[in-house]
Amino acid sequence: MTSAPCRFSTPARFSAVLIDSAGRIATMHELAVTQSMLNLALEHAERAGAQRITHINLVVGEIASIVDDSVQFYFDFISKDTLAEGAQLSFKRLPARFRCSACGQEFPLRDGNWICPACQRLGGEVISGREFYMESIEVE
Amino acid sequence: MKVQIVKDILSANEQIALENRRLFDGKGIFVLNVMAAPGAGKTSLIERTIGLLRARFRIGVIDGDLASTIDADRIARLGIPAVQINTGGACHLDANMIRSALPKLPPDEIDLLFIENVGNLICPTGFALGEHLKVMISSTPEGDDKPYKYPGMFSAVDVLLLNKVDLLPLLEFDVAYFRRGVEALNPDVAFFPVSCKTGEGVDEWVEWLVAARSKLWPSS
Repeated sequence: MTSAPCRFSTPARFSAVLIDSAGRIATMHELAVTQSMLNLALEHAERAGAQRITHINLVVGEIASIVDDSVQFYFDFISKDTLAEGAQLSFKRLPARFRCSACGQEFPLRDGNWICPACQRLGGEVISGREFYMESIEVE
Repeated sequence: MKVQIVKDILSANEQIALENRRLFDGKGIFVLNVMAAPGAGKTSLIERTIGLLRARFRIGVIDGDLASTIDADRIARLGIPAVQINTGGACHLDANMIRSALPKLPPDEIDLLFIENVGNLICPTGFALGEHLKVMISSTPEGDDKPYKYPGMFSAVDVLLLNKVDLLPLLEFDVAYFRRGVEALNPDVAFFPVSCKTGEGVDEWVEWLVAARSKLWPSS
């Protein structure tokens, strides 16, 4: 599921310029995303003069490429010694919905396929399902 | 106490991407975000394109990979400025990585910038970099079913290249089935069958690319 943070070393014979992502140890998709989420929560908690964040309520679309367990794993790690340490994450899943570009029918994801049930056409406009936002936080 | 927020978590990336875009526009740098599965031919396509356009444009390349500087070294051997971003384990580039990499190139001496994203058909589409064009390469050995399996990326790109068409006689790859999938997902996408090995189709792609740049900046 998730791998331990690591950074690869580069053999000295290579000559091109090497940089990493602004000095942070970035590993996997969800770490960067979780860091953004934590920053947003801390910003709002500080603005509210809070001592502690107890809950973070997240909304995640069905096709947003966000794995809940992975976010939780990184969150527990990077929230240490912040106002958000120990906060409960809750994930509200929003189903994906599409609008068929051929017949206009709206439809959900069916067995993982973006296929219109009315005319069997693949694809269509994504109406919802790509969301990943913070709805609210609960603070003390 | 409950604090209502309702804010997109990736908005920080979107904000930096917008700033990157303003910087690119201000300097007249036309930027392509090149995405594909590992081994589809991203670096090969960039090399071919450089060969045809280096006399007309000053070109730069930012290469993203989990590890190694193999790709940036390939580009640097052509005498083209190249920066390698090693993401450690991250599966995509983000706008902040591009902002950090840019000063390592001479950004005032670049007209055309290729950003070679990490080989991946899923995550890169979620992270805008500030690019003008999203370019996808699919290659024939990957199979003709890829649009059906990875609809997110196929529906998000401006131009799609089907690479390694020289291998078609050896493969069971139904081009019509592939194209039906692509057209259903993304009816407006520009499509070019190419072979970076033989050079087939590359001229047409390059002509389209130059026209896309001219459409944005007619005077330059």
